[in-house]
Amino acid sequence: MFSILTISSILLLISMVIMLLASILSKKTIVDREKASPFECGFDPKSSSRLPFSLRFFLITIIFLIFDVEIALILPIILIIKFSNIMCWTITSIIFILILLLGLYHEWNQGMLNWSN
Amino acid sequence: MFYLENLLFIIGSLLLVICVLVSVAFLTMFERKVLGYIQIRKGPNKVGIMGIPQPFCDAIKLFTKEQTYPLLSNYISYYFSPIFSLFLSLLVWMCMPLFIKLFSFNLGLLFFLCCTSLGVYTVMIAGWSSNSNYALLGGLRAVAQTISYEVSLALVLLSFIFLIGGYNMLMFYKYQLFIWFLFLMFPMALVWFSISLAETNRTPFDFAEGESELVSGFNIEYSSGGFALIFLAEYASILFMSMLFCVMFLGCDVFSFSFYLKLTFVSFMFIWVRGTLPRFRYDKLMYLAWKSFLPFSLNFLLFFVGFKIFLLYLL
Repeated sequence: MFSILTISSILLLISMVIMLLASILSKKTIVDREKASPFECGFDPKSSSRLPFSLRFFLITIIFLIFDVEIALILPIILIIKFSNIMCWTITSIIFILILLLGLYHEWNQGMLNWSN
Repeated sequence: MFYLENLLFIIGSLLLVICVLVSVAFLTMFERKVLGYIQIRKGPNKVGIMGIPQPFCDAIKLFTKEQTYPLLSNYISYYFSPIFSLFLSLLVWMCMPLFIKLFSFNLGLLFFLCCTSLGVYTVMIAGWSSNSNYALLGGLRAVAQTISYEVSLALVLLSFIFLIGGYNMLMFYKYQLFIWFLFLMFPMALVWFSISLAETNRTPFDFAEGESELVSGFNIEYSSGGFALIFLAEYASILFMSMLFCVMFLGCDVFSFSFYLKLTFVSFMFIWVRGTLPRFRYDKLMYLAWKSFLPFSLNFLLFFVGFKIFLLYLL
Protein backbone atom coordinates (compact mmCIF):
# COMPACT_ATOMS: atom_id res chain seq x y z
CA MET A 1 0.00 0.00 0.00
CA PHE A 2 2.74 2.41 1.03
CA SER A 3 4.89 1.53 -1.95
CA ILE A 4 2.10 1.88 -4.54
CA LEU A 5 1.33 5.33 -3.12
CA THR A 6 4.99 6.25 -3.30
CA ILE A 7 5.41 5.03 -6.84
CA SER A 8 2.25 6.78 -8.01
CA SER A 9 3.43 10.07 -6.54
CA ILE A 10 6.80 9.55 -8.21
CA LEU A 11 5.07 8.91 -11.54
CA LEU A 12 2.97 12.05 -11.15
CA LEU A 13 6.17 13.93 -10.37
CA ILE A 14 7.85 12.52 -13.50
CA SER A 15 5.05 13.68 -15.77
CA MET A 16 4.90 17.11 -14.12
CA VAL A 17 8.65 17.48 -14.50
CA ILE A 18 8.41 16.67 -18.21
CA MET A 19 5.70 19.30 -18.64
CA LEU A 20 7.71 21.86 -16.64
CA LEU A 21 10.77 21.04 -18.71
CA ALA A 22 8.80 21.82 -21.85
CA SER A 23 7.59 25.09 -20.33
CA ILE A 24 11.16 26.09 -19.46
CA LEU A 25 12.73 24.96 -22.71
CA SER A 26 10.26 26.70 -24.98
CA LYS A 27 12.07 30.02 -25.01
CA LYS A 28 10.40 31.47 -28.04
CA THR A 29 6.93 32.44 -26.90
CA ILE A 30 5.09 35.30 -28.52
CA VAL A 31 1.60 35.89 -27.17
CA ASP A 32 -0.54 37.22 -29.95
CA ARG A 33 -4.31 37.68 -30.19
CA GLU A 34 -4.58 35.74 -33.43
CA LYS A 35 -2.39 32.98 -32.11
CA ALA A 36 -4.28 32.67 -28.85
CA SER A 37 -7.69 32.48 -30.49
CA PRO A 38 -9.04 28.94 -31.09
CA PHE A 39 -7.94 27.31 -34.32
CA GLU A 40 -10.66 27.63 -36.93
CA CYS A 41 -9.11 27.37 -40.42
CA GLY A 42 -8.37 31.06 -40.86
CA PHE A 43 -11.63 32.46 -39.52
CA ASP A 44 -12.38 34.03 -36.20
CA PRO A 45 -14.47 31.54 -34.21
CA LYS A 46 -18.11 32.36 -34.87
CA SER A 47 -19.95 30.40 -32.19
CA SER A 48 -19.01 29.57 -28.62
CA SER A 49 -17.52 26.12 -28.50
CA ARG A 50 -18.95 25.29 -25.08
CA LEU A 51 -22.64 25.36 -26.00
CA PRO A 52 -23.45 23.07 -28.96
CA PHE A 53 -23.93 19.50 -27.86
CA SER A 54 -25.52 16.45 -29.43
CA LEU A 55 -28.00 14.65 -27.21
CA ARG A 56 -26.98 11.34 -28.73
CA PHE A 57 -23.69 11.33 -26.82
CA PHE A 58 -25.60 11.87 -23.58
CA LEU A 59 -27.94 8.94 -24.26
CA ILE A 60 -25.01 6.65 -25.06
CA THR A 61 -23.48 7.67 -21.75
CA ILE A 62 -26.70 6.75 -19.91
CA ILE A 63 -26.71 3.28 -21.49
CA PHE A 64 -23.03 2.92 -20.64
CA LEU A 65 -23.79 3.82 -17.03
CA ILE A 66 -26.34 1.01 -16.72
CA PHE A 67 -23.98 -1.55 -18.16
CA ASP A 68 -21.06 -0.37 -16.08
CA VAL A 69 -23.02 -0.64 -12.85
CA GLU A 70 -24.00 -4.16 -13.81
CA ILE A 71 -20.37 -5.03 -14.56
CA ALA A 72 -19.48 -3.74 -11.11
CA LEU A 73 -22.09 -6.16 -9.76
CA ILE A 74 -20.65 -9.08 -11.75
CA LEU A 75 -17.09 -8.44 -10.50
CA PRO A 76 -17.47 -10.06 -7.05
CA ILE A 77 -19.36 -13.07 -8.45
CA ILE A 78 -16.05 -14.63 -9.50
CA LEU A 79 -14.45 -14.33 -6.10
CA ILE A 80 -17.39 -15.70 -4.10
CA ILE A 81 -17.54 -18.95 -6.06
CA LYS A 82 -15.24 -20.50 -3.45
CA PHE A 83 -17.47 -19.60 -0.51
CA SER A 84 -21.00 -20.14 -1.75
CA ASN A 85 -23.42 -22.90 -2.46
CA ILE A 86 -22.87 -23.87 -6.06
CA MET A 87 -26.57 -24.20 -6.91
CA CYS A 88 -27.32 -20.70 -5.63
CA TRP A 89 -24.23 -19.33 -7.37
CA THR A 90 -25.17 -20.90 -10.70
CA ILE A 91 -28.77 -19.75 -10.63
CA THR A 92 -27.92 -16.22 -9.51
CA SER A 93 -25.14 -15.57 -11.97
CA ILE A 94 -26.91 -17.10 -14.95
CA ILE A 95 -30.15 -15.24 -14.27
CA PHE A 96 -28.21 -12.01 -13.77
CA ILE A 97 -26.38 -12.31 -17.08
CA LEU A 98 -29.57 -13.37 -18.83
CA ILE A 99 -31.34 -10.25 -17.57
CA LEU A 100 -28.42 -8.17 -18.85
CA LEU A 101 -28.59 -9.85 -22.23
CA LEU A 102 -32.35 -9.53 -22.54
CA GLY A 103 -32.12 -5.89 -21.48
CA LEU A 104 -29.66 -5.28 -24.25
CA TYR A 105 -31.96 -6.95 -26.79
CA HIS A 106 -34.90 -4.91 -25.47
CA GLU A 107 -32.93 -1.68 -25.91
CA TRP A 108 -31.97 -2.77 -29.39
CA ASN A 109 -35.59 -3.57 -30.20
CA GLN A 110 -36.76 -0.20 -28.92
CA GLY A 111 -34.28 1.59 -31.19
CA MET A 112 -32.19 3.05 -28.37
CA LEU A 113 -28.95 1.96 -30.00
CA ASN A 114 -29.62 3.60 -33.36
CA TRP A 115 -27.10 6.37 -33.86
CA SER A 116 -29.13 8.44 -36.34
CA ASN A 117 -32.86 8.45 -36.74
CA MET B 1 13.70 -4.94 6.02
CA PHE B 2 10.47 -3.07 5.32
CA TYR B 3 12.30 -0.03 3.97
CA LEU B 4 14.65 -2.17 1.92
CA GLU B 5 11.72 -3.97 0.30
CA ASN B 6 10.00 -0.71 -0.48
CA LEU B 7 13.19 0.65 -1.96
CA LEU B 8 13.49 -2.43 -4.16
CA PHE B 9 9.87 -2.01 -5.34
CA ILE B 10 10.45 1.61 -6.17
CA ILE B 11 13.71 0.99 -8.02
CA GLY B 12 12.15 -1.84 -10.00
CA SER B 13 9.09 0.19 -10.95
CA LEU B 14 11.19 3.20 -11.90
CA LEU B 15 13.33 0.99 -14.12
CA LEU B 16 10.18 -0.37 -15.73
CA VAL B 17 8.80 3.13 -16.31
CA ILE B 18 12.04 4.44 -17.81
CA CYS B 19 12.24 1.43 -20.12
CA VAL B 20 8.61 2.03 -21.14
CA LEU B 21 9.37 5.66 -21.97
CA VAL B 22 12.42 4.70 -24.06
CA SER B 23 10.47 1.97 -25.82
CA VAL B 24 7.72 4.48 -26.59
CA ALA B 25 10.34 6.60 -28.33
CA PHE B 26 11.50 3.65 -30.38
CA LEU B 27 7.90 2.59 -31.08
CA THR B 28 7.27 5.92 -32.81
CA MET B 29 10.40 5.35 -34.93
CA PHE B 30 9.25 1.80 -35.68
CA GLU B 31 5.85 3.12 -36.70
CA ARG B 32 7.33 5.65 -39.11
CA LYS B 33 9.62 3.02 -40.61
CA VAL B 34 6.85 0.44 -41.02
CA LEU B 35 4.42 2.99 -42.47
CA GLY B 36 7.17 4.06 -44.85
CA TYR B 37 7.82 0.56 -46.10
CA ILE B 38 4.07 -0.11 -46.39
CA GLN B 39 3.80 2.93 -48.65
CA ILE B 40 6.87 1.78 -50.63
CA ARG B 41 9.24 4.48 -49.46
CA LYS B 42 11.96 4.63 -46.87
CA GLY B 43 11.11 5.93 -43.44
CA PRO B 44 13.45 8.22 -41.49
CA ASN B 45 16.97 7.02 -42.34
CA LYS B 46 19.22 10.06 -42.32
CA VAL B 47 19.86 10.77 -38.62
CA GLY B 48 22.69 8.69 -37.17
CA ILE B 49 22.82 5.07 -38.24
CA MET B 50 19.70 4.13 -40.22
CA GLY B 51 17.79 6.90 -38.45
CA ILE B 52 17.86 5.18 -35.07
CA PRO B 53 18.38 8.38 -32.97
CA GLN B 54 15.50 10.06 -34.83
CA PRO B 55 12.95 9.90 -31.95
CA PHE B 56 15.35 11.68 -29.61
CA CYS B 57 15.85 14.47 -32.12
CA ASP B 58 12.08 14.69 -32.49
CA ALA B 59 11.68 14.90 -28.73
CA ILE B 60 14.20 17.74 -28.46
CA LYS B 61 12.52 19.60 -31.29
CA LEU B 62 9.07 19.06 -29.77
CA PHE B 63 10.12 20.24 -26.33
CA THR B 64 11.69 23.43 -27.58
CA LYS B 65 8.55 24.42 -29.47
CA GLU B 66 6.43 27.35 -28.51
CA GLN B 67 3.72 26.94 -25.87
CA THR B 68 0.27 28.30 -26.58
CA TYR B 69 -2.17 29.95 -24.21
CA PRO B 70 -5.56 29.54 -25.87
CA LEU B 71 -8.00 32.37 -25.36
CA LEU B 72 -10.86 31.70 -22.92
CA SER B 73 -9.60 28.24 -22.16
CA ASN B 74 -9.77 26.77 -18.67
CA TYR B 75 -6.05 26.94 -18.36
CA ILE B 76 -5.49 24.83 -15.23
CA SER B 77 -7.40 21.83 -16.57
CA TYR B 78 -5.95 22.47 -20.04
CA TYR B 79 -2.46 22.35 -18.59
CA PHE B 80 -2.93 19.39 -16.26
CA SER B 81 -4.91 16.91 -18.35
CA PRO B 82 -1.87 15.77 -20.43
CA ILE B 83 0.05 15.33 -17.19
CA PHE B 84 -2.68 13.11 -15.80
CA SER B 85 -2.99 11.16 -19.00
CA LEU B 86 0.73 10.30 -18.98
CA PHE B 87 0.52 9.56 -15.27
CA LEU B 88 -2.35 7.12 -15.75
CA SER B 89 -0.80 5.30 -18.65
CA LEU B 90 2.45 4.90 -16.72
CA LEU B 91 0.62 3.85 -13.57
CA VAL B 92 -1.22 1.09 -15.38
CA TRP B 93 2.14 -0.50 -16.14
CA MET B 94 2.56 -1.23 -12.42
CA CYS B 95 0.27 -4.24 -12.78
CA MET B 96 2.61 -5.94 -15.23
CA PRO B 97 2.85 -9.54 -13.99
CA LEU B 98 6.54 -9.94 -13.28
CA PHE B 99 7.41 -12.52 -10.67
CA ILE B 100 9.97 -10.52 -8.71
CA LYS B 101 11.00 -6.94 -7.98
CA LEU B 102 7.60 -5.54 -8.86
CA PHE B 103 4.19 -5.35 -7.27
CA SER B 104 2.29 -8.58 -7.01
CA PHE B 105 -1.28 -7.52 -7.50
CA ASN B 106 -3.92 -9.97 -6.40
CA LEU B 107 -6.47 -7.74 -8.10
CA GLY B 108 -4.28 -6.66 -11.00
CA LEU B 109 -6.98 -6.91 -13.66
CA LEU B 110 -9.26 -4.75 -11.52
CA PHE B 111 -6.46 -2.20 -11.26
CA PHE B 112 -6.12 -2.25 -15.04
CA LEU B 113 -9.87 -1.66 -15.48
CA CYS B 114 -9.78 1.29 -13.06
CA CYS B 115 -6.84 2.93 -14.78
CA THR B 116 -8.24 2.56 -18.30
CA SER B 117 -11.61 3.94 -17.27
CA LEU B 118 -9.96 6.96 -15.72
CA GLY B 119 -8.18 7.61 -19.01
CA VAL B 120 -11.47 8.82 -20.49
CA TYR B 121 -11.52 11.87 -18.25
CA THR B 122 -8.19 13.23 -19.46
CA VAL B 123 -9.30 13.14 -23.10
CA MET B 124 -12.64 14.70 -22.24
CA ILE B 125 -11.13 17.50 -20.17
CA ALA B 126 -8.39 18.13 -22.73
CA GLY B 127 -11.04 18.45 -25.45
CA TRP B 128 -13.44 20.57 -23.44
CA SER B 129 -11.03 22.95 -21.77
CA SER B 130 -9.18 24.10 -24.86
CA ASN B 131 -12.21 26.11 -26.05
CA SER B 132 -12.22 25.06 -29.68
CA ASN B 133 -15.00 23.49 -31.69
CA TYR B 134 -12.74 20.87 -33.20
CA ALA B 135 -11.30 19.95 -29.84
CA LEU B 136 -14.73 19.67 -28.25
CA LEU B 137 -16.05 17.48 -31.07
CA GLY B 138 -12.97 15.27 -30.94
CA GLY B 139 -13.25 14.96 -27.19
CA LEU B 140 -16.96 14.07 -27.35
CA ARG B 141 -16.36 11.43 -30.01
CA ALA B 142 -13.44 9.98 -28.08
CA VAL B 143 -15.47 9.76 -24.89
CA ALA B 144 -18.48 8.12 -26.55
CA GLN B 145 -16.25 5.66 -28.39
CA THR B 146 -14.11 4.78 -25.39
CA ILE B 147 -16.97 4.20 -22.99
CA SER B 148 -18.89 2.16 -25.57
CA TYR B 149 -15.95 -0.13 -26.09
CA GLU B 150 -15.12 -0.23 -22.41
CA VAL B 151 -18.28 -2.22 -21.66
CA SER B 152 -17.27 -4.93 -24.14
CA LEU B 153 -13.68 -4.76 -22.91
CA ALA B 154 -14.76 -5.39 -19.33
CA LEU B 155 -17.09 -8.22 -20.39
CA VAL B 156 -14.45 -9.97 -22.51
CA LEU B 157 -12.02 -9.63 -19.64
CA LEU B 158 -14.66 -10.95 -17.24
CA SER B 159 -15.19 -14.10 -19.25
CA PHE B 160 -11.46 -14.79 -18.97
CA ILE B 161 -11.62 -14.04 -15.26
CA PHE B 162 -14.45 -16.56 -14.94
CA LEU B 163 -12.22 -19.07 -16.66
CA ILE B 164 -9.11 -18.52 -14.54
CA GLY B 165 -11.08 -17.79 -11.37
CA GLY B 166 -9.32 -14.71 -10.05
CA TYR B 167 -7.98 -11.27 -10.79
CA ASN B 168 -4.31 -12.09 -10.56
CA MET B 169 -2.55 -11.77 -13.89
CA LEU B 170 -0.06 -14.49 -13.03
CA MET B 171 -2.94 -16.98 -13.22
CA PHE B 172 -2.82 -16.53 -16.98
CA TYR B 173 0.62 -18.10 -16.93
CA LYS B 174 -0.57 -21.10 -14.95
CA TYR B 175 -3.56 -21.72 -17.17
CA GLN B 176 -1.64 -21.31 -20.42
CA LEU B 177 1.22 -23.67 -19.67
CA PHE B 178 0.10 -26.24 -22.22
CA ILE B 179 -2.00 -24.34 -24.72
CA TRP B 180 -2.38 -20.65 -25.41
CA PHE B 181 -5.77 -19.06 -25.02
CA LEU B 182 -5.33 -17.79 -28.58
CA PHE B 183 -6.03 -21.26 -29.90
CA LEU B 184 -8.82 -21.97 -27.44
CA MET B 185 -10.68 -18.71 -28.02
CA PHE B 186 -9.69 -17.34 -31.39
CA PRO B 187 -12.82 -15.18 -31.95
CA MET B 188 -12.36 -13.65 -28.51
CA ALA B 189 -8.79 -12.77 -29.45
CA LEU B 190 -9.96 -10.97 -32.59
CA VAL B 191 -12.63 -9.07 -30.66
CA TRP B 192 -10.14 -8.20 -27.92
CA PHE B 193 -7.67 -6.90 -30.48
CA SER B 194 -10.19 -4.63 -32.13
CA ILE B 195 -11.45 -3.44 -28.74
CA SER B 196 -7.92 -2.54 -27.74
CA LEU B 197 -7.51 -0.69 -31.05
CA ALA B 198 -10.63 1.29 -30.20
CA GLU B 199 -9.60 1.87 -26.58
CA THR B 200 -6.27 3.36 -27.58
CA ASN B 201 -7.90 5.44 -30.37
CA ARG B 202 -5.89 3.72 -33.09
CA THR B 203 -6.43 4.03 -36.76
CA PRO B 204 -9.54 2.30 -37.99
CA PHE B 205 -11.22 3.89 -34.96
CA ASP B 206 -9.25 7.13 -34.55
CA PHE B 207 -12.22 9.46 -34.38
CA ALA B 208 -10.65 11.40 -31.55
CA GLU B 209 -8.34 12.86 -34.17
CA GLY B 210 -10.02 12.56 -37.54
CA GLU B 211 -7.58 14.56 -39.62
CA SER B 212 -9.94 14.79 -42.57
CA GLU B 213 -12.72 16.53 -40.68
CA LEU B 214 -11.45 17.64 -37.24
CA VAL B 215 -7.91 18.68 -38.25
CA SER B 216 -6.33 17.07 -35.20
CA GLY B 217 -9.21 16.34 -32.87
CA PHE B 218 -9.06 16.79 -29.13
CA ASN B 219 -5.38 17.79 -29.01
CA ILE B 220 -5.61 20.56 -31.60
CA GLU B 221 -4.76 23.41 -29.23
CA TYR B 222 -1.83 21.63 -27.65
CA SER B 223 1.66 22.56 -28.71
CA SER B 224 5.02 21.53 -27.28
CA GLY B 225 4.86 19.89 -23.87
CA GLY B 226 1.17 19.04 -23.75
CA PHE B 227 1.25 17.43 -27.16
CA ALA B 228 4.37 15.47 -26.25
CA LEU B 229 2.73 14.16 -23.09
CA ILE B 230 -0.47 13.14 -24.89
CA PHE B 231 1.62 11.42 -27.53
CA LEU B 232 3.69 9.58 -24.93
CA ALA B 233 0.56 8.52 -23.08
CA GLU B 234 -1.08 7.15 -26.23
CA TYR B 235 1.92 5.10 -27.23
CA ALA B 236 2.52 3.86 -23.69
CA SER B 237 -1.06 2.62 -23.61
CA ILE B 238 -0.59 0.96 -27.02
CA LEU B 239 2.42 -0.87 -25.62
CA PHE B 240 0.45 -1.81 -22.53
CA MET B 241 -2.42 -3.14 -24.61
CA SER B 242 -0.05 -5.29 -26.65
CA MET B 243 1.51 -6.50 -23.41
CA LEU B 244 -1.94 -7.42 -22.15
CA PHE B 245 -2.69 -9.24 -25.40
CA CYS B 246 0.46 -11.31 -24.91
CA VAL B 247 -0.48 -11.98 -21.30
CA MET B 248 -4.02 -13.01 -22.10
CA PHE B 249 -3.60 -14.92 -25.32
CA LEU B 250 0.03 -15.62 -26.08
CA GLY B 251 1.27 -17.54 -23.09
CA CYS B 252 2.14 -14.90 -20.45
CA ASP B 253 5.69 -16.23 -20.02
CA VAL B 254 7.03 -12.86 -18.88
CA PHE B 255 10.43 -14.19 -17.82
CA SER B 256 11.35 -15.48 -21.28
CA PHE B 257 12.77 -13.54 -24.18
CA SER B 258 10.07 -14.74 -26.56
CA PHE B 259 7.42 -12.82 -24.58
CA TYR B 260 9.05 -9.56 -25.61
CA LEU B 261 9.31 -10.70 -29.21
CA LYS B 262 5.59 -11.43 -29.12
CA LEU B 263 4.96 -8.02 -27.55
CA THR B 264 6.86 -6.38 -30.39
CA PHE B 265 4.90 -8.39 -32.91
CA VAL B 266 1.56 -7.34 -31.43
CA SER B 267 2.58 -3.70 -31.42
CA PHE B 268 3.68 -4.20 -35.02
CA MET B 269 0.14 -5.43 -35.69
CA PHE B 270 -1.20 -2.12 -34.34
CA ILE B 271 0.99 -0.28 -36.84
CA TRP B 272 0.20 -2.72 -39.63
CA VAL B 273 -3.52 -2.09 -39.15
CA ARG B 274 -2.82 1.63 -39.34
CA GLY B 275 -0.99 1.21 -42.63
CA THR B 276 -3.67 -1.01 -44.13
CA LEU B 277 -7.19 -0.06 -43.11
CA PRO B 278 -9.09 3.16 -43.87
CA ARG B 279 -11.02 4.98 -41.18
CA PHE B 280 -14.39 3.60 -40.11
CA ARG B 281 -17.65 5.54 -40.18
CA TYR B 282 -18.78 6.87 -36.82
CA ASP B 283 -22.27 5.37 -36.67
CA LYS B 284 -20.86 2.06 -37.86
CA LEU B 285 -18.33 2.25 -35.04
CA MET B 286 -21.16 2.64 -32.54
CA TYR B 287 -23.11 -0.20 -34.14
CA LEU B 288 -20.01 -2.38 -33.98
CA ALA B 289 -19.67 -1.65 -30.27
CA TRP B 290 -23.28 -1.96 -29.18
CA LYS B 291 -24.87 -4.35 -31.67
CA SER B 292 -22.01 -6.66 -32.39
CA PHE B 293 -19.34 -6.77 -29.71
CA LEU B 294 -21.62 -6.32 -26.70
CA PRO B 295 -24.04 -9.18 -27.53
CA PHE B 296 -21.05 -11.31 -28.50
CA SER B 297 -19.24 -10.72 -25.23
CA LEU B 298 -22.38 -11.17 -23.13
CA ASN B 299 -23.21 -14.45 -24.81
CA PHE B 300 -19.65 -15.63 -24.35
CA LEU B 301 -19.80 -14.59 -20.70
CA LEU B 302 -22.90 -16.77 -20.27
CA PHE B 303 -21.09 -19.60 -22.05
CA PHE B 304 -18.06 -19.29 -19.80
CA VAL B 305 -20.16 -19.31 -16.63
CA GLY B 306 -21.69 -22.57 -17.79
CA PHE B 307 -18.29 -23.87 -18.85
CA LYS B 308 -16.82 -23.08 -15.44
CA ILE B 309 -19.62 -24.92 -13.64
CA PHE B 310 -19.25 -27.83 -16.05
CA LEU B 311 -15.50 -28.03 -15.44
CA LEU B 312 -15.73 -27.67 -11.68
CA TYR B 313 -18.72 -29.71 -10.67
CA LEU B 314 -20.07 -31.83 -13.47
CA LEU B 315 -16.93 -33.25 -14.99
